[in-house]
Amino acid sequence: MSLHTQYLESFLRSQFYMLRMDGPLPLPHRHYIAIMAAARHQCSYLINMHVDEFLKTGGIAEWLNGLEYVPQRLKNLNEINKLLAHRPWLITKEHIQKLVKTGENNWSLPELVHAVVLLAHYHALASFVFGSGINPERDPEISNGFRLISVNNFCVCDLANDNNIENASLTGNNFGIVDSLSELEALMDRMKRLREEREDEEASQEEMTTRFEKEKKESLFVVSGDTFHSFPHSDFEDDMIITSDVSRYIEDPGFGYEDFARRGEEHLPTFRAQDYTWENHGFSLVNRLYSDIGHLLDEKFRMVYNLTYNTMATHEDVDTTTLRRALFNYVHCMFGIRYDDYDYGEVNQLLERSLKVYIKTVTCYPERTTKRMYDSYWRQFKHSEKVHVNLLLMEARMQAELLYALRAITRHLT
Amino acid sequence: GPGTHCVDWGTYRASLQGLTDRKTTDPMEKMSRVTTALGGSALTGRTMHCHLDAPANAISVCRDAAQVVVAGRSIFKIYAIEDEQFVEKLNLRVGRKPSLNLSCADVVWHQMDENLLATAATNGVVVTWNLGRPSRNKQDQLFTEHKRTVNKVCFHPTEAHVLLSGSQDGFMKCFDLRRKDSVSTFSGEAPEAGRAGGEVRWVHHRPPDTFPESTKRVGEDQLGKGQSESVRDVQFSIRDYFTFASTFENGNVQLWDIRRPDRCERMFTAHNGPVFCCDWHPEDRGWLATGGRDKMVKVWDMTTHRAKEVHCVQTIASVARVKWRPECRHHLATCSMMVDHNIYVWDVRRPFVPAAMFEEHRDVTTGIAWRHPHDPSFLLSGSKDSTLCQHLFRDASQPVERANPEGLCYGLFGDLAFAAKESLVATESGRKPYAGDRRHPIFFKRKLDPAEPFVGLASSALSVFEIEPGSGSMSWFVDTAERYALAGRPLAELCDHNAKVARELGRNQVAQTWTMLRIIYCSPGLASATSLNHSVGKGSSCGLPLMNSFNLKDMAPGLGSETRLDRSKGDTRSDTVLLDSSATLITNEDNEETEGSDVPADYLLGDVEGEEEELYLLDPEHAHPEEPEYVLPQEAFPLRHEIVDTPPGPEHLQDKADSPHVSGSEADAASLAPVDSSFSLISISHALYDTRLPPDFFSALVCDMLRFYAEQGDVQMAVSVLIVLGERVRKDIDEQTQEHWYTSYIDLLQRFCLWNVSNQVVKLSTSRAISCLNQASTTLHVNCSHCKRPMSSRGWVCDRCHRCASMCAVCHHVVKGLFVWCQGCSHGGHLQHIMKWLEGSSHCPAGCGHLCEYS
Repeated sequence: MSLHTQYLESFLRSQFYMLRMDGPLPLPHRHYIAIMAAARHQCSYLINMHVDEFLKTGGIAEWLNGLEYVPQRLKNLNEINKLLAHRPWLITKEHIQKLVKTGENNWSLPELVHAVVLLAHYHALASFVFGSGINPERDPEISNGFRLISVNNFCVCDLANDNNIENASLTGNNFGIVDSLSELEALMDRMKRLREEREDEEASQEEMTTRFEKEKKESLFVVSGDTFHSFPHSDFEDDMIITSDVSRYIEDPGFGYEDFARRGEEHLPTFRAQDYTWENHGFSLVNRLYSDIGHLLDEKFRMVYNLTYNTMATHEDVDTTTLRRALFNYVHCMFGIRYDDYDYGEVNQLLERSLKVYIKTVTCYPERTTKRMYDSYWRQFKHSEKVHVNLLLMEARMQAELLYALRAITRHLT
Repeated sequence: GPGTHCVDWGTYRASLQGLTDRKTTDPMEKMSRVTTALGGSALTGRTMHCHLDAPANAISVCRDAAQVVVAGRSIFKIYAIEDEQFVEKLNLRVGRKPSLNLSCADVVWHQMDENLLATAATNGVVVTWNLGRPSRNKQDQLFTEHKRTVNKVCFHPTEAHVLLSGSQDGFMKCFDLRRKDSVSTFSGEAPEAGRAGGEVRWVHHRPPDTFPESTKRVGEDQLGKGQSESVRDVQFSIRDYFTFASTFENGNVQLWDIRRPDRCERMFTAHNGPVFCCDWHPEDRGWLATGGRDKMVKVWDMTTHRAKEVHCVQTIASVARVKWRPECRHHLATCSMMVDHNIYVWDVRRPFVPAAMFEEHRDVTTGIAWRHPHDPSFLLSGSKDSTLCQHLFRDASQPVERANPEGLCYGLFGDLAFAAKESLVATESGRKPYAGDRRHPIFFKRKLDPAEPFVGLASSALSVFEIEPGSGSMSWFVDTAERYALAGRPLAELCDHNAKVARELGRNQVAQTWTMLRIIYCSPGLASATSLNHSVGKGSSCGLPLMNSFNLKDMAPGLGSETRLDRSKGDTRSDTVLLDSSATLITNEDNEETEGSDVPADYLLGDVEGEEEELYLLDPEHAHPEEPEYVLPQEAFPLRHEIVDTPPGPEHLQDKADSPHVSGSEADAASLAPVDSSFSLISISHALYDTRLPPDFFSALVCDMLRFYAEQGDVQMAVSVLIVLGERVRKDIDEQTQEHWYTSYIDLLQRFCLWNVSNQVVKLSTSRAISCLNQASTTLHVNCSHCKRPMSSRGWVCDRCHRCASMCAVCHHVVKGLFVWCQGCSHGGHLQHIMKWLEGSSHCPAGCGHLCEYS
């Protein structure tokens, strides 16, 4: 993230605020919630970090033995953690009601909002961590698996000597370049065309709706088609076993992302972005219940949405707005959030298949991300630009989760 | 077109006719019709609502005041406002396939032409509608120039063909309806950065080695490009033909001349966060009201050189719409986007209490409109709860009526100011209650301005009571608060300790009360209970009765016996714990947990036969109800604050009993000495008085006593006893009273800066509302003295104006710590510097000539 200092600053500020500053939840609880959230994606890097923090802030070591050892109150959060991580659209006001209902283990609304913000933050951060390849290698021999912070080599070189590596690879294999250069040119061409053509071509409304549906449906095939090639099924199961030490923080580990579109039945309506936006609704609610975090998140979302260097790989002075918007909206699309004012045809034109696979994996099953996926898209682009993509994905995901959770809370309140 | 109009007038007249009939027959009806003379015509109606099929996003009224259009994501209809009801007149959503062009974010009805409407669609299309079209589809023109959602459309108030739109993409467009596309486009980006082009660019200067090139690029491009901000509202000025105002997501408001699209005339930051709405004053030329996400409505005077904030109303939720009330110069109506469903009408000169409140809606109100531009009594509103309402001003609830008209405040030196209605004070002052306490009652009377609207309410009198030096000393309160022990020791000890404290402070009655409490609750036992249990214990050797008999030991000191019993019933394991430990074990366990009581366990056992006096004083069991060991965190680390789960008592004991090592040892003991229980039983009962009454007998009396103290003003006593006795009396006093006592006591404690004590009280309270107090944020933002925005990062320098907010008038450096300032001239500085300065001079160090006072 240090490649994007402006963003880093606002990221750190909000993270610091939600972990260390005034808030309704006690410090060790915050870290434990972070652990729970990261565990949903088996992100041992984050878990390790927060296990340390948890103990340092005075958390009870026994809790680390798993969910059975924590107070019922924290355990109750599990359900919402699970939904939020994988299928946030399923969160209803009933879930909220169950948590805040007066009783022995109830949550107050400020506490709940704090917890939700933490959960969303860490789900999204797990996406970023896997997307950027920051994950310690799992060592099955060490049973507790928490102590090693040996970082996977690919990320180290990637992030540390960004440009050198890039140059090396550029000079190294010549034949790839021609290919990817033309790829890049084509992409820029498409962006340009999109900007110019907007006035000429006016898609009918049905067309727009179908485009959204198509994108939604297509996102379904994107991974189910591709990942199963790169990951034989047995691999996943191995994964499950190896990371069983992580799964102690979660229940129902089999619960995963299910395509928004796949559920076929149209019971669950598309989330209309205009009806519940972060700027108008989410912010007010968050800020009311957990003061100041709204401003910090607001700043962060704005920052990431507007961050640009106007470059694309080797080209300068490029307006990347359309591209960034396509990335952001594509993530929201996978979570069933639709923007009326967006033509989802753009997604199709701008985001190539390998990128879509990458996006889907990073946002929905981050634990399955591989270096191959990371490398396979946008071969011309700098690593800093790919990190930029990761940032966009992370924030888009966080916002999507927050929107669903906050909408449920709003409904509970009214 | 004309046809529709005629029909309307028909019904209109008819309703007028109906009204006159109605009035004579039913004059007392609450929701009576109101007739307002408006230059020959009149409006009639009542408070009413009708159900829509879908949530509304916006409403707009036809200029004839007889029709209203409602628009939303899946609704677009025109309703006639009749006398008794809304009647659906026209559904503009025609066609089989729902189109996004019909998903309206905003709607506006032309104020010159009854046939002309415009809608803003969420997909960025601006549509105009001509009701005069003969076909079923009234759609007229389609403008697809905006790239993002259009938030607002607005017709020119006097020009028939001019339409303005503001969109999420940061552009405002002006359309001439006679042409196919926009006449001019206004860009919302900041004029300096955006138009400076290549000349003015910011470069971040960082050490070049840390971040190679990317950093530089960020600074340059972001600012050079000038991000266009989303437009939230656009409004033509009613008075100035060429002027319109636009509000932005970043808090800015811009003023434009319609003829000059290249740059805005004026720009200023009005709110922190998005400005959702604005409205020009219908009469005052320069007044613009803006409402923002920061929960404020501000009224700006635009006639002056710099936009000047003339009024500010603080609401409780983000402000989604604001509309000036016709014919009432200082009134405006607001509604909120989140959480709050009510519509408020404010008098901007009285920004704290809304003048009127409409509470009809069950979900957020999305659109409000005054029915007629010259009638202040009818307000229409649409809501997400799918209803359309007409509110009558006379039916509104008035929060002022519910407000407490008296005010009371302490001054820095203990002076007391009291403001109340004049009539009330007049009778009061005739009575002269405490001649001694009231040395110089000073009376102020506010001079009334007959032009002001609240004359009736505002005629209040303020009296100030000065404190007589020495007389009102509250040192006893402070001493008591600091020295009382509220928890952490057995009840008897607490009572004794507190009695001693009270006695030393010369408060004998209080001391006596504590002693009596000890006698009531800490005597060795209850005759009745003992004999009962004794016999039962003998009758059966195990199970419930036995356990009961053991509980005797608990009951003896008079705990809430039911809870104990329940607990033991619930878990047999804990029964055994209680059972066998009669000898030594339970006392041992308790001793370990009870802080401050380190009595050897054997000692206790020995005493059972000996002096019973000692037994109940030392028996740690007695301390249980205070549950010091449960309240304090068991872990060795300091929690920032505990999670307020539940009253922690019973559950914890359960946990204890369940946790393996405790129950293990307990179980052993039980098997070893099964007879112990009966043994101790007998011995105890032998030692007891047979004539004692159970503490429950006194509880009513104790509660009365607490109320007595509270009413006397000694809420300290009430709360202290409440905490010390815990479960024993808590159930007998209703929650609200307890809460009230707690808040008053905490308030008092904080007034005397007894933060630690107040925190302890908060912690020990079992009331949810009270223990929540500890969870509130303790951050306090200081606002910048220049731009009046909170300074979030550091307390002394404003990020926005890049100025240091508080400079010391003596040394001219920034004050980062304590800042002291004169309330007369508002100059100040470092505490030490000011103190020093004022020792030598009585004039303000800033040289303003004010004679500052420092005390």
